[in-house]
Amino acid sequence: MAHDHDDHDHGSELSETEIRVRALESVLTEKGYVDPAALDLLIETYEKKVGPHNGARVIAKAWNDPDFRSRLLEDATPAIASVGYAGRQGEHIVALENTRKLHNMVVCTLCSCYPWPVLGLPPVWYKSAPYRSKAVIDPRGVLKDFGVELPAETEIRIWDSTAEIRYLVVPQRPAGTEGWSEERLASLVTRDSMIGTGLPKSPADVQ
Amino acid sequence: MNGGQDLGGAHGHGPVTPEPNEPVFHAEWEKRAFALTLAMGAPGGWNIDMSRFARENRPPGEYLSMTYYQIWLAGLEKLMSERGLVSPEEVAAGHPIGAAKPVPRTLSAADVAKVLYRGGPTERETNKAARFAVGDRVRAKNMHSVTHTRLPRYVRGHVGTIERVLGCHVFPDSNSLGLGENPQWLYTVRFDGRELWGADGDPSVKVSVDAWEPYLDPA
Repeated sequence: MAHDHDDHDHGSELSETEIRVRALESVLTEKGYVDPAALDLLIETYEKKVGPHNGARVIAKAWNDPDFRSRLLEDATPAIASVGYAGRQGEHIVALENTRKLHNMVVCTLCSCYPWPVLGLPPVWYKSAPYRSKAVIDPRGVLKDFGVELPAETEIRIWDSTAEIRYLVVPQRPAGTEGWSEERLASLVTRDSMIGTGLPKSPADVQ
Repeated sequence: MNGGQDLGGAHGHGPVTPEPNEPVFHAEWEKRAFALTLAMGAPGGWNIDMSRFARENRPPGEYLSMTYYQIWLAGLEKLMSERGLVSPEEVAAGHPIGAAKPVPRTLSAADVAKVLYRGGPTERETNKAARFAVGDRVRAKNMHSVTHTRLPRYVRGHVGTIERVLGCHVFPDSNSLGLGENPQWLYTVRFDGRELWGADGDPSVKVSVDAWEPYLDPA
């Protein structure tokens, strides 16, 4: 698929789409099918409230609380709901733990399946043809695109989200974070580290 | 369908290019297209599998040249047009031409949080026993549905191992066509990289897909 952010280079194409969406919203509102206040609320929810900061809280808790970590890895959906996150595009969540020997990475080759309640809406690259085509055949190449290199002996597991199961990667806890609060730990958890295309920040990155 | 959406293993799409500090939406119209799509689920009455089919069911060249929310928009227009809710002429005119068709329900602002939190779970109770167990060897069928299916081409014909039994879930191949939920057992099937990609495949890589029972044969 074309990259959404390339749109800025195609002014006329963009305005055509823009006009079409406006027209559509007018028709749907006038017909009484949509409530503009509901539209505003949907946008606000995913622009402001739901995002990777939710997932970061879950990961930090898993790093800090062995009982929660066990529950998360055993059955992630209720464990995540106990932190307050659930619902659309996260009805059935599975958590995947990275270790020294195993690195997990999540993709949806067929569309854009992504765990909304914990990560928000997917970034453009996740939905793009380069990622969807390459992740399953050349994951080390993908990691290189993100500036990440793993030891050759690390096993790489790719999870193609072809059903309604949504995957959340639990990255390894960075060294040098002993005694950190969950809030501080959450500041190390990046969105990409929960997809598997990145690693968490190190303590030096946030000090 | 063997369409432009089935991208796993394709070449020539170039490197992945992450955008630093990427905003959630890149234009005002993307926000509106996103919200309209979510809000129209209630009056429209379609399901997620019908939505996916409406998006992917177009010439691959067209699919690959559209941006993500352009595909959503085109899918939404198609679903609405098929059901007589909004005609292409009305979109072109920017106002209703005929009377509004009665719809079962709409999404009010007051219900947004509740509806999002509830989501749409797809697991269903069943009396049928699962055919496969963890550790079983299975072959993904060599099948080429011309309508919606969720078995990617790159695993078809290949042998993998059942890694998880995920419960009985709504079957997209039926649900996308309005033929009912027809729930089927769902499994995570793990494939070795070299089984999928041949001798040149990375031996340290394993790839899994989630596959419904009708997609699998014992191996």
